[in-house]
Amino acid sequence: MDNNYELKNIDKSEFRTVGKNAEKMESITRPNLTYWADAWRRIKKNKVAFISLMVIIVYIIMAIFAPMLSKYDYTAVDSSKMNQFISSEHWFGTDELGRDLWVRVWRGARVSLTIGFVATVMNTIVGGLIGGISGYYGGALDTFIMRVIDVMYGIPSLIVQILVMVVLKPGVKALIIAMCITGWIGSARFVRGEVYRLKEQDFVDAAKVLGVSNFTIIVKHLIPNIMGLIITNVTMAVPGAIFSEAFLSYIGLGIAPPECSWGVLTKTGVKMLRVYPYQLFIPAFFICTTMLALNLLGDGLRDALDPKLRGTE
Amino acid sequence: MGKYIIKRLGISLATILVLVTVVFILVRLMPGDPFSSEKMTPEIKANLEKYYGFDKPLIEQYFTYIKNLIKGDLGYSMKYKNQSVNTIIADSFPFSVDLGIRALVFGISFGLVFGIIAALNRGKKLDFICIVIAIIGTSVPDFIMGALLQYFFGIHWGLLPVAQYQGFKYTILPSIAVGFYTLAQVSRLMRASMLEVVQQDYIKTAKSKGISSFRVTYKHQIRNAIMPVVTVLGPTVAAVLTGTFVIESMYAIPGMGKFYVQSVQNYDYSMVLGMTVFYGTFLVLANMVVDILYGFIDPRIRIAGK
Repeated sequence: MDNNYELKNIDKSEFRTVGKNAEKMESITRPNLTYWADAWRRIKKNKVAFISLMVIIVYIIMAIFAPMLSKYDYTAVDSSKMNQFISSEHWFGTDELGRDLWVRVWRGARVSLTIGFVATVMNTIVGGLIGGISGYYGGALDTFIMRVIDVMYGIPSLIVQILVMVVLKPGVKALIIAMCITGWIGSARFVRGEVYRLKEQDFVDAAKVLGVSNFTIIVKHLIPNIMGLIITNVTMAVPGAIFSEAFLSYIGLGIAPPECSWGVLTKTGVKMLRVYPYQLFIPAFFICTTMLALNLLGDGLRDALDPKLRGTE
Repeated sequence: MGKYIIKRLGISLATILVLVTVVFILVRLMPGDPFSSEKMTPEIKANLEKYYGFDKPLIEQYFTYIKNLIKGDLGYSMKYKNQSVNTIIADSFPFSVDLGIRALVFGISFGLVFGIIAALNRGKKLDFICIVIAIIGTSVPDFIMGALLQYFFGIHWGLLPVAQYQGFKYTILPSIAVGFYTLAQVSRLMRASMLEVVQQDYIKTAKSKGISSFRVTYKHQIRNAIMPVVTVLGPTVAAVLTGTFVIESMYAIPGMGKFYVQSVQNYDYSMVLGMTVFYGTFLVLANMVVDILYGFIDPRIRIAGK
């Protein structure tokens, strides 16, 4: 390699010493961002994800307050006002029994969103614990748990859900139980993989050498490191749970009348489709926009919470 | 490779056994019973229970059931008199398979095309359109998609028939309704995979060797990008199956999904048990085939498993 470029000769006198200012050298000129503050900043910059987040927050607020503030009750039947189209009195019209659809849609939102979030969070906690223990301790226990998971993973969750719903009384609790029986497996597999990868890393070794207990390593080092991924996964899994609820209610196994959910509303909507299509369009709109918003938010969170992308724009 | 296949087979067999046991227990826990009706006297009921073997201890019923299963006998329906579960499945399953295959062909072929178009036009209008289609596909549940298609194409515009299954025209709407989710998944994955492959060194090599860009895209990029898409085929089969459950009753197609939902509502024990075992085994085997197939396609697994 003989192609070293010749350096231009600059005379010494052209340089001068500025002097050292130790304080200035070490000082941090910009505010220190924590991981979460940085993630929040990035989510705000991502327009699609931010709008999705707003949509979900608005839906949650409406699901809580709209049924309380309306003068109609979601079960109140009014035979003089059946199948009315959207009007100033009934903002979303009425259904075949004269019940106000505005209240029913938000009541349905309450049920569907509760099931979606509670089932997913429970699945994540149960699956995370099992997967975390399996991945962290390894050995025979890990092999055993992984075999059990391998076997259970093959069982179609839809079939188990249908059978559990038949055995239990229809309702919110039964739906959550039905979803949790098979739902934890996915998060257990994923958390195990992450823990398995992380525990080999140097910072965990360093903590062990310093004599940190297993419990502290898990709580202080492992959980914060996979929290971002877990939150992304929860966001992506909620639409699946909302879909399952709607599906089971649609085939008549989920929520039983007079209680209502988006699945129940879709079912009646499909029945009335030929004559009163708005009765399907309205709940369908809310189911689809919720699933859309959660999917898009999940995409945004995946980028925002990825530590590798930190500081890149 | 042989070791990998044997391991996969073992897991699948264990899964099927667990499935059969769990389903057997759950079905016996079902409230209500299949013989209840107004004309039923206790005597007839006792006779019927004896006929179906319900008077024997549970454990004995379980082993009889397993024995019959190994022989391929799924028992008799309790509501459809004198019909064996096998004949009902044999009559209805072809419809479901037909619908499922049409949906898969539609979903996978269009999904691949959309994914490729999107990746080749990255950042342009066509890419945006394909992404929007994919997002709609993942956000609209199939029963809503089915109902909307039925309303707009069948009722509102009167373009296509909305019920029954008597020729190609009749299969279009239900196939789209069932296959749209697959389309979305495949196109998203294909797009991402194409964009990843394009950065690989072998593409640069191929280009620098002066191969035409069409050939590079076709021979090197698409062929390599398709590989990861194979992994979603397993879950896709399950999604298509879920779709057939509702779409079959919505479009009055006499497939298995329709019978299954009916049997659950009728407390028809042996039908539910038989059909669940059949569905479960079918899905487990489908997943296994996809996994093994993937092992054959991906040289990394092929070599590692030797």
